[in-house]
Amino acid sequence: MTRIIALAGNPNSGKSTLFNRLTGAKQSVGNWPGVTLERKVGRLRHHPEVEIVDLPGVYSLSAYTLEERVARDYLLDAQPDCIINIVDGTNLERNLFLTTQLLELGIPVVIAINMMDLVRHQGLTIDTTLLSRNLGVPVVEISASHGTGIDQLTNAVLDAHTVPALLPYTPEQESVLAEIMHLVGTSNRWIATQVFERDQFVNPRLPHLAHVQDQLETIITTHEDALDDDAISIMAAERYTQVTNALPGPLHPTSARVLTVSDRIDQIVTHRWLALPIFAAVMFVVYYISVTTVGTYVTDYTNDVIFGNVVPNHIAVWLSDIGTAEWLSRLIVEGIIGGVGAVLGFVPQLMLLFVFLAILEDSGYMARVAFIMDRAFRHFGLSGKSFIPMLIGTGCSVPGIMASRTIENERDHKLTAMTTSFIPCGAKLAVIALISGAIFQGAWWVAPSAYFVGMAAVVLSGIILKKSVLFSGDPAPFVMELPPYHAPRPSVVLRSMWDRSWAFIRRAGTIILLATMTIWFLANVGWQSGLHFVDDLDNSFLAAMSGSIAWVFAPLGWGTWQSTAATLSGLVAKESVVGTFGVLYGVAEVSEDGAEVWGQLAASFTVLAAYSFLLFNLLCAPCFAAIGAIRREMGDGRWTAFAVAYQTIFAWTIAFIFYQVGIAIRDRAVDGWTILAATALAGIVWLLVKKPAKPRRLAVTSGVRSEVAA
Amino acid sequence: MTTLRDVSIGEVCQIQRVLGDGELKRRIVAMGLTRGTTVRVTNVAPFGDPLELQVRGYQLSVRKDDAARIEVTL
Repeated sequence: MTRIIALAGNPNSGKSTLFNRLTGAKQSVGNWPGVTLERKVGRLRHHPEVEIVDLPGVYSLSAYTLEERVARDYLLDAQPDCIINIVDGTNLERNLFLTTQLLELGIPVVIAINMMDLVRHQGLTIDTTLLSRNLGVPVVEISASHGTGIDQLTNAVLDAHTVPALLPYTPEQESVLAEIMHLVGTSNRWIATQVFERDQFVNPRLPHLAHVQDQLETIITTHEDALDDDAISIMAAERYTQVTNALPGPLHPTSARVLTVSDRIDQIVTHRWLALPIFAAVMFVVYYISVTTVGTYVTDYTNDVIFGNVVPNHIAVWLSDIGTAEWLSRLIVEGIIGGVGAVLGFVPQLMLLFVFLAILEDSGYMARVAFIMDRAFRHFGLSGKSFIPMLIGTGCSVPGIMASRTIENERDHKLTAMTTSFIPCGAKLAVIALISGAIFQGAWWVAPSAYFVGMAAVVLSGIILKKSVLFSGDPAPFVMELPPYHAPRPSVVLRSMWDRSWAFIRRAGTIILLATMTIWFLANVGWQSGLHFVDDLDNSFLAAMSGSIAWVFAPLGWGTWQSTAATLSGLVAKESVVGTFGVLYGVAEVSEDGAEVWGQLAASFTVLAAYSFLLFNLLCAPCFAAIGAIRREMGDGRWTAFAVAYQTIFAWTIAFIFYQVGIAIRDRAVDGWTILAATALAGIVWLLVKKPAKPRRLAVTSGVRSEVAA
Repeated sequence: MTTLRDVSIGEVCQIQRVLGDGELKRRIVAMGLTRGTTVRVTNVAPFGDPLELQVRGYQLSVRKDDAARIEVTL
């Protein structure tokens, strides 16, 4: 018979680390509230008969966020055998608020006070014996990051079979709750408190509620009037009174405030004048090391030497030694190694970046970044935390998109993952250089305008999407905990880095592998009275396909199959756009900015068409690696398809408006296309100013999943 | 009525009442801003918003618009 243990606690309380300690399973860990939205399940070490379910981190069971509803539905429906309530010892009072709710569910509870090392470091002690007596449940001191107290916790959990006694409220509250329980016919005190708070989400659990609604309302209103406050505030105050009564002595002298090291760091780091320079310096260091210098060096090395030379050469020799057919050998070397290698080449850079991100998260600085940048980003529907993904995205969209993981609000997270690739990445610089050099004689304004277009696309999309049904709703409450600073822990940083890198590598091995192979086939296989490998890209399926869809781009001014093929090959990597033009114009070797093809390109593009081509390629679906990263952040294929479709349609529309309006201004003539473009422009303006859509309730599945995390 | 928005940096106040409804209010009271709680406004972000508070022994950040819905006495 399997015993099921639920692991519950506040965001940022070290829950993920404890889960890993208890089960040995791997999971992402951070100092940022709400890293785990998905529920994870594992077996207790040395006790395979005990299953542990990791609930999302919540401050309360009030059901107003997705996380809270997942946690409360699980606790109410699955009725686990015991709850481990992990509590941050450095923030005992606030953490015990959730505890007061967990104690009322009729489930045995064991409290694990975490971060005891930090508590002692601050020169504080917690009388756990007294706390245990006051709360009526076992209390164990642990340090999840150091792995201390885990055995004691395991034993306490195995012994926990008694439902905790109820903590008293004020006599008035007790009598109100007793009346409610009698009226709605429940014996569950926690449900009674929710009825008192007029929580609509418990209604389906109470079949008789509708008959007694009026009487209930009278009871609640009478009590509210007596206290001159509302039910939600009254209940919260009652719970906090329980907490203060249970606390073993004063923990934090609020009146005579002692400045901890963390306070002093915070005073400098979020100082009115110093905050921005410090923030800029931190970002510069992260960006400079992981994108500009070391990052570029390791990426270039893996791309050019390992996957560009060493691996393909060895494999090619080995393949010919064992007598592989030439086409198969080319597929493996050029298609698979070339394609997946281009993606895997990012891994060393990603690992470096993830180390920095984990340090920023675990040290507590990431929360301050959101604090500092919130005001700037709020206006167009993003949060302060969207800044870091965008900044990193200027180097490479892949780590940028993956950095959006640190945004705990699901809507903001998805919106950021969708818009990050609008910011021109390093590979798009090659396309910018090509167009700028070939058409605009290297004019100074082309590259800056590309960044401006990217930022404008982020802002416009933020506003437009926030008003759509998918992203609408109350702005996520920015009531955010600023966790105390501490030195980043190497074990936490490395585990976080590895989990994120591995997720990316797995993606490269599956979806990205398939996609790059497909593109390779299309570019190398053609139909000439039968299926053939073609030496000339002109005869390939890619050329035929490009020819058949080139009309799509005709209204943008560049409906030739060559530019279409170049755009399609940009899906493998954006710099391939340049290389494809080289192949198409019969130039064997093109330099990074494609100077060799400038002449032919200038002949086939007008100025307006060239900039429209640039606009589309900057904004449309990113490369497969970035789409893979979006897939990872979105969590499912439908969202990914929506994101990619949105980006591509947005790109097409912007390039279309630009080109047609440009033509109309140049020729001083208006035709049907101009009117269509004007209509599209009006449509965008309408999307920007229209009233937000009515929010759709986030759906929560309350099914009990029981597979075990490997 | 004084609201938390009006409290200067470094000043201490007591929460009187949290106005409003829904997710935001539930979050604010769950974070410990209940009647009678002592709050110190410790900092403000460089762009003038949000505020940083010291409450129940930890640091909390709230936007000024939300702070305007929290009535306090000095």
